[in-house]
Amino acid sequence: MTAAVVVRGAVKSYGAHRVLDEVDFIARAGEVTAIVGPSGSGKSTLLRAINYLEPLDSGYVTVQGELIGVRLHRGRLHQLSERAILRQRSRIGFVFQNFNLFPHLSVLENVIEAPITKGVPKPQAVARAQELLVKVGLKDKAGAYPRQLSGGQQQRVAIARALALEPDLVLFDEPTSALDPELVGEVLTVLRDLAAAGTTMVVVTHEIGFARDVADHVVFLDAGRIVEQGPPRQVLLAPEHARTREFLGKLV
Amino acid sequence: MTSSPPLPAVAEPVEEAELLSHEVVPLRHPWRWVATAVALVLLAQAVHALVTNSAFQWAAFGYWFFRPVVLDGLWLTLQLTGLAAVFGLLGGIVLALMRLSRNPVLRAVAWGYIWLFRSIPLIVLLLFLANVTALYSTLSLGIPFGPSFVEFSANDLLSFYFVAVLGLSLNEAAYAAEIVRSGIISVDQGQLEAAAALGLPKSRQYRRIILPQATRAIIPSYANQLIGLLKGTSVVYITSLLELFGVVQTQASVNSGQIIPLLVVGTIWYIILTSLLSVVQYYLERHFSRGALRTVPPTPFQRLRASLRTVGVAR
Repeated sequence: MTAAVVVRGAVKSYGAHRVLDEVDFIARAGEVTAIVGPSGSGKSTLLRAINYLEPLDSGYVTVQGELIGVRLHRGRLHQLSERAILRQRSRIGFVFQNFNLFPHLSVLENVIEAPITKGVPKPQAVARAQELLVKVGLKDKAGAYPRQLSGGQQQRVAIARALALEPDLVLFDEPTSALDPELVGEVLTVLRDLAAAGTTMVVVTHEIGFARDVADHVVFLDAGRIVEQGPPRQVLLAPEHARTREFLGKLV
Repeated sequence: MTSSPPLPAVAEPVEEAELLSHEVVPLRHPWRWVATAVALVLLAQAVHALVTNSAFQWAAFGYWFFRPVVLDGLWLTLQLTGLAAVFGLLGGIVLALMRLSRNPVLRAVAWGYIWLFRSIPLIVLLLFLANVTALYSTLSLGIPFGPSFVEFSANDLLSFYFVAVLGLSLNEAAYAAEIVRSGIISVDQGQLEAAAALGLPKSRQYRRIILPQATRAIIPSYANQLIGLLKGTSVVYITSLLELFGVVQTQASVNSGQIIPLLVVGTIWYIILTSLLSVVQYYLERHFSRGALRTVPPTPFQRLRASLRTVGVAR
């Protein structure tokens, strides 16, 4: 399997606080990579660095071999233009913890917004959006507005929106953390389906059960460093490090 | 322990089925009726005083209300309000975006503009502009600090009409900028992030995602601002432009003893225009609440029809 995402030497500080401390990270194409760890460990920052929502202080990110947010010119990294960065982002789907659907647009309008902007003809974009809504189990909700939906339904719309551009990879930032416990299952089901279809996914999650069952690779992050990583059986069921054991022990 | 607690003891035992079948008699509010009566009496007295006081000269009021000279003034008031509203809002949007930009020079320029034009009283600004010939005798169009292609004499260019529109717009833009900015910063930061994550270009992020949501927060404040502008146009009479108030003022000075009915004419027209603006505001708010509310509230007409239906007057 080839690497879909490579992060090398990622450093990010907020003031004196180092959120990411020399992180090296790889996510392989066609696999599900789960990032787990206590809150404040830098999980979300790492994820947001991958699509340049959070520019790094040093280190770099590549997606499918292409540098993100910067380009190499005469031995130095130069920041890309806003336009070029936006173009790169359109190949990377992003699903937020709080959904961030556009409340003034209907479900269908939310999903077709990005394709239409990219020049996909409207009938084609609508057809594709309807397919996606079927896939996430919301084909009857195309005309509804986000606030008329439950949290789980909103998050499924957000997933359809992220998939509308047929991205090379989809990033999920704690996609079930803002949901009532009974709604978590319907979103995880959609994630499982995507994983089964071979979508490249990087998922920041607190759902250890989901990570154990669905992820191909688990990364445990603490205090801005990767403590250990490997297949879920190893990291989640037989962790080597005391810190990982302590964290997992608290979750049971 | 799953057994339900025993029903509380009731002084006079009642069958549970009976309790369930009874409707609740609403609490009576006798003092509300008293307060209503007092308010109605006071209102009737006020109307009576208005109608019977001969100083209001209602016959003269009827004479003046649709006089062509008054309607001309009204039309000018509408033009000034409309033009200043459009230019002021456009300028306000540009200034608001400048104030929110990452460029410190643009931010400072916008801040300076708003600071300056909010500090100058409108009447002073209008007098400055009306006397601009004293400040600049020619205005030219060309390369900044370089050669000019066209030159105007400030005297020809600045008709009082132009001065009024310019002054009102400059003033309006400063206030509109802050209203627009308040609307934009009221939109959740997550919306911009989501738009950026989808790769929408900056212009589209604003046009399609931020501004429509900001508009909802902007409308009530901007309607206030527009009503202020509508009445504020009365200041331009000092440039001897005869808008509604200017007409009232000049007619009152040539028709002695008519000042009260003329002022009432002006007042009623201003009230009518303000009322129309309020109606427009209501429907705009309703339109932009799309998606923000689970169900859009009924229009006053729908509400009226619903209440008539319950009384049995209409179906």
